Amino acid sequence: MNLDWNAFGEVAGVSVGATVAVVTVFVLGVLALSQRETARESGRGGGSALTAAGLCFLACAAAVVYGLYLIIPGFHG
Amino acid sequence: MGHITFLVAVVIATALAFDFTNGFHDTANAMATSIATGALRPKVAVLISGVLNLVGAFLSTEVARTVSGGIVDDALVTPAMIFAGLVGAILWNLMTWLLGLPSSSSHALFGGLIGAVWVGAGEHGVHFEMVVEKIIVPAVLSPVVAGVAALLATYLAYRLTRRARERTVGRGFRIGQIASASMVSLAHGTNDAQKTMGVITLTLISCGALGKQAGPPVWVIGTAGLAIGLGTYIGGWRIIRTMGRGITDIQAPQGFAAEAASTAVILSSASLGFALSTTQVCSGGILGAGIGRRLAEVRWGVASRMAVGWLVTLPSAAAVGAVAAAVVVHGGTAGIVVIAVLTAAVAGGIVLLSRRNPVRADNVNDAHDVAVRPSAPAVAAA
Repeated sequence: MNLDWNAFGEVAGVSVGATVAVVTVFVLGVLALSQRETARESGRGGGSALTAAGLCFLACAAAVVYGLYLIIPGFHG
Repeated sequence: MGHITFLVAVVIATALAFDFTNGFHDTANAMATSIATGALRPKVAVLISGVLNLVGAFLSTEVARTVSGGIVDDALVTPAMIFAGLVGAILWNLMTWLLGLPSSSSHALFGGLIGAVWVGAGEHGVHFEMVVEKIIVPAVLSPVVAGVAALLATYLAYRLTRRARERTVGRGFRIGQIASASMVSLAHGTNDAQKTMGVITLTLISCGALGKQAGPPVWVIGTAGLAIGLGTYIGGWRIIRTMGRGITDIQAPQGFAAEAASTAVILSSASLGFALSTTQVCSGGILGAGIGRRLAEVRWGVASRMAVGWLVTLPSAAAVGAVAAAVVVHGGTAGIVVIAVLTAAVAGGIVLLSRRNPVRADNVNDAHDVAVRPSAPAVAAA
């Protein structure tokens, strides 16, 4: 029996890293949305907060697309 | 199709029946937390998950070329043993569903096959070192990894959003959950439907209806996808309740973190060829998300009952598979008929038992536990 502990370690590292990264970016997006609402209520535009939120969610969407790429074998032979 | 004997027809029907139980057993993996947090209405959740499982079946063409991935000696496996193994897997899936236990359908299938091959072909037909390497080690490690990832992500999510508007945060994460749950469903469809397609295709090859290197015919892809999609849509509500409400009280950020962690583990390990259990990964993720939120109550009783369920899944399915194989191998066609009728009867009995204390789409979120006895909902099912 030859257990590939390196492979296990790699899976563990990549999984934890990817999860924390995606969730953190998503949280930042939600925070930006929250700030925008606060800004709007106090009469300011909150445009930059909206842009920041959009960028965060775009990054999350990219992660989803990469996930789809991994799920669908047709994309990578 | 003149090659299709009675036995082959029975194996195909049984494989599709297993596929169906696989679907409804595993709906909870993707959708339990979304249903619990209200991100999706129960009926909508199972519809999305069912459709994505069907789509997933067509998306992936990498059908398993072996029945078991090397866990048993495929050269010794006969259609009769496959039938016996499937019976073991189906009955164990139904049993654990009755108890509301999220157990692994993959482990049930491998367990059933191991038992059937052990009895049918002898001990040398089972590759025990492969069982440890491909099933037991990943089974221990993968939920831990998913749990740690979900724990860290949940902790961070609550830490960072503690000053933000609660309503915005809740709504944002509920929308995020729809995407993360859909990814788990799609990954499930590409993985689990392939197993049934592989079993049917190899059975067809073994009886000469297909050439040696043939891929699955379109009707096999279609029926396997439909069986798992339909099973998913019917929804294993008893298991959805346990995973969504039983382990811990899930909130939207936790559900998102748990599903993101599950997706990450499933996708990152897919290339290594582990027989990863979606069920165990998702349960680990939910448990981690429960620990990661301060003040969240984690019901360790439910968690440990689940862990015991994981330990006994493979041996239990193996035991049923072994008994079925003994009857089928020695009894020939009569044995197959006896086992098929018995399986249908036991399955019917389990469904009747579940009616005494049903869990449906409309009451899935009403309680934490799943009881078998009608009068004492507070008593944990034994």
